[in-house]
Amino acid sequence: MTAAIQVNAVEKSFGNVSIIRDLNLSVAKGERHAIIGPNGAGKSTTFNLISGYIKPTSGEIRLNGEVTSGLRPFEINRRGLSRSFQVTNVFARMTVWENVRCAVLWATGHRYAFWKNVDNLPEVKQRTAQILDDIHLTHRRDVPAGLLTYAEQRELEIGITIAGGASVIMLDEPTAGMSHAETERAVALIRRLTEGRTLVIVEHDMSVVFGLADRISVLVYGHIIASGTPEEIRGNPKVKEAYLGEEVD
Amino acid sequence: MTNAVTPAPAMAKAESGSALSFYGIWLLAAAALVVLPLVFSSGGSLTSFSLIGISIIFALSYNILLGQTGLLSFGHAVQYGLGGFLAVHAMNAVASHNWPIPLPVIPLMGGIGGMAFALLVGWVMTKRAGTVFAMISLGIGELVASSSLILRSVFGGESGITTDRTSLMPLFGWTFGPQIQVYYLIAFWVMISAIAMYALTRTPLGRICNAVRDNPERVEFIGYDPHVVRYLAYMFAGFFAGIAGGLTAINFEIANSAYLGATQSGLVLFSAFIGGTAYFFGPILGAILVTYLQLGLTSVTSVWQLYFGIIFIGIVMFAPGGIAGILMKHRPLIRAGTLSAVIPSYLVAAIPTLAFALGIILTIETVARFSGGDPINLLGIPFVAAAPTTWAAAAVLVVGGFLVARITWRRIAEAWDRAATVARDRGYLA
Repeated sequence: MTAAIQVNAVEKSFGNVSIIRDLNLSVAKGERHAIIGPNGAGKSTTFNLISGYIKPTSGEIRLNGEVTSGLRPFEINRRGLSRSFQVTNVFARMTVWENVRCAVLWATGHRYAFWKNVDNLPEVKQRTAQILDDIHLTHRRDVPAGLLTYAEQRELEIGITIAGGASVIMLDEPTAGMSHAETERAVALIRRLTEGRTLVIVEHDMSVVFGLADRISVLVYGHIIASGTPEEIRGNPKVKEAYLGEEVD
Repeated sequence: MTNAVTPAPAMAKAESGSALSFYGIWLLAAAALVVLPLVFSSGGSLTSFSLIGISIIFALSYNILLGQTGLLSFGHAVQYGLGGFLAVHAMNAVASHNWPIPLPVIPLMGGIGGMAFALLVGWVMTKRAGTVFAMISLGIGELVASSSLILRSVFGGESGITTDRTSLMPLFGWTFGPQIQVYYLIAFWVMISAIAMYALTRTPLGRICNAVRDNPERVEFIGYDPHVVRYLAYMFAGFFAGIAGGLTAINFEIANSAYLGATQSGLVLFSAFIGGTAYFFGPILGAILVTYLQLGLTSVTSVWQLYFGIIFIGIVMFAPGGIAGILMKHRPLIRAGTLSAVIPSYLVAAIPTLAFALGIILTIETVARFSGGDPINLLGIPFVAAAPTTWAAAAVLVVGGFLVARITWRRIAEAWDRAATVARDRGYLA
């Protein structure tokens, strides 16, 4: 079976500085895959490479078997990959409803249509309502996204990411800055909403990582030093030494 | 989290009621356009209404860029002017060949002209938003405006190209010679264009334009190419600007290089911004006000552009949402029934603010007319620019007005805070 995401020998350097060195990563379809690593290890850069935000200096990235390295983000998105951002990245002046609806439009085939009334598209309406219900923001539907609380904005961020129905979902630190209770809520939300899809998640909270992930990859200085099940990662001496220390026990 | 309990039934009621009031507003607007010349039938007001109508279309087309898509253009008059030139050439061609094309169709030619030019230059221009787009639009504006003086066969040089709107075939007995017939032609296009541009905002493309305005980066991750979105928006804006240009050509029976220039581009930015770019109807208010002021002020003072500048700076600094923004700020207060709490503070502030404004006007006019000119006439009171008493009066009004007004402005802010808190508690304000 072809992997959902296949990263082969990807390098990324900015000038002389090499950020990602010989990156190899394979995420199977339907797998929940966490990428962990110390600050500055290149986790977000890895996300940016896979989602097309930046282009690799060399190497190859495949999405469901198709080469996507070199494609623009919207081209990759149309092929079934959707990502969230570490820093909330929503449409601040538009309402919660409009935010989610915009993310539904391309996937429902309405593209750049200027001859259809957007309020008159039953499928779009129903899907948007469903997503809002899923992220528990129905009661806030008419509030501009910029006025939401931080936790609500993070939920909206997830909502926008999943709204298009992409088969591969990438979440960049979805619980960053959340309280314990909010984190629990968010994890339950992520677990439910990514059911049956491939999930790649960057996360600092180890309880989230080990509770959620089927497989974990450990990224250190732009290189994946270990990849395996949570148990394998826990027991891996290289990982302990490089990153986790005593934290895992 | 008081918003969590926003009364749901109230919202549902608002939705069903808004459909009725929505069509009501459009019908009302159409009725107003029909009735207006019957109420004010002098030749002067007909001319004014015609010009206002054209600038409404022009300002709305500009807002497709600025308010809807977040593109700041300094060269929107290019599409407007080219539309005007194409309309004039079309009229002359139709007249000389005796083609059976009536005048009301001509603005469409203007629109096609504006759109064709946008199609041509737009792809390169809209690659980036922000400063890059603004600078390129400025450059294209200068390029076309200066070309229009050089390419005489197309643009007619300094004198421009004239036409005769009555030389086309009459429609139902209308020759479009009298201004009233031209007015109704313009009014017809104002309605059509306004409805079309409003409808555009309610399409998938229109919504994505807003998303591109708010966050072009994120748009790329929901499947859209912001470049394509900007390009399409630019073409639509060009189309409706061209219609406005075509109507101007019909109205004046001439197209010249002034149509394309930076002044015209500045004026439309001005109208849209003063009216408020965040709401669809904002530029309509702006176009009405700016055109009215432009027509009215030029006959009263020689330094009318200075007043425009002051108004513009005032809006940018104190009410960046424009007139529409100010009006819409009151909506939650009206709904919550707390508007009456702020009205008295407005009335109190109005008197010293007016005094302050009069002081500034008096100062400006004194400076402008010091070395000659008509005596100043302010609210029927004559002032002599060279008289020290006038200077003293101006100083007292400016300084005294400002000091008192400042206190009353603070009162407004306090009254506002109280009213907004109540509105928030009642769930009408996020």
